[in-house]
Amino acid sequence: MRSIWRTTTRVLGRDLLRDIGLVCLADTIVGISYGAIAVGSGFPIWAPMLLSVLVFAGASQFMFVGIIAAGGSPVAAVAAGLLANARHLPFGFAIGDVLGKRWSSRVVGSHLMIDESVAFALAQRDEERRKAAYWVCGIGLFVCWNVGVLAGAYAGTAISDTDAFGLDAAFPAVLLALVLPSLRDRAARLPVLVGVAVALATTPFLPAGLPVLLALVGVLAGVAAKEPAEREPEGVH
Amino acid sequence: MDPLELIVAGGVLAAGTFAFRFAGPVLKARFTVSPKAEKLMARSAVVLLAALVAVAALTEGHEFAGYARPAGVLVGGVLAWRKAPFALVVVAAAATAALLRLAGVP
Repeated sequence: MRSIWRTTTRVLGRDLLRDIGLVCLADTIVGISYGAIAVGSGFPIWAPMLLSVLVFAGASQFMFVGIIAAGGSPVAAVAAGLLANARHLPFGFAIGDVLGKRWSSRVVGSHLMIDESVAFALAQRDEERRKAAYWVCGIGLFVCWNVGVLAGAYAGTAISDTDAFGLDAAFPAVLLALVLPSLRDRAARLPVLVGVAVALATTPFLPAGLPVLLALVGVLAGVAAKEPAEREPEGVH
Repeated sequence: MDPLELIVAGGVLAAGTFAFRFAGPVLKARFTVSPKAEKLMARSAVVLLAALVAVAALTEGHEFAGYARPAGVLVGGVLAWRKAPFALVVVAAAATAALLRLAGVP
């Protein structure tokens, strides 16, 4: 275990480890609020903890708890949660290789697939760093998230309003900082612009999760825009 | 709510979520993926994350999230674009939103 840690620090470097640590800290606080909100709205203490260990996807857990607390049916809560989590399917295609070839590591690694671990992995250039960033972020967040939820479920409403700390702005900023380097590649800009526009335009009408999936239209737009441009020289001249 | 019902619902959500996560890595390993397809899949993830950033920064449910949050994300984004350290990006985003709220901005 110690040698794994030593290798990881060597591969990732102190800066990246500190960055991941910061995200873990922020996630712990959101976990505390999630645990507190769930218990505060009438769930037994084990319920938010069970979801955090088994589902491990913050947004869908908040939705699940919110819908049931508001008197919605469990079927509606499950459907909303699944829709919010469907983006993990394309995530898996993008970073599947970092999970390794062994089945055990694929099973464990898949469960650690969340926005942050995917974004940290994608932001690394070489293979070894990509792998290390994914696993360290995934394991770190799994531990911190669950510890936070446990603390929140027991401590109650100590931290119920994370918006007061601006944490709701910190999470998009984390992902934005990790995605920005990819936008320096010109070919990625059109797909991202179209995707963002589609997601924002459909958010007022569609259930949560679907607008983000529809952003994939941007990838198609990128492919479609690129091909005529490549053929143009021979057609025109 | 009945505990058993809660466990079943949570279990179904967990199983479905795991299936989404597991399908990509397993299916991908079964086929040889061309470098072009590889690039498109990586790009898809970037597009999804970017859309997630936009939706999370600007909206809450089906509505506008108010000004404090997008302002914070924008400050973080500008700092990140200028290659500021990651910690500064995150702390500045949170601090901007928190201070604006303290000043009464929704």
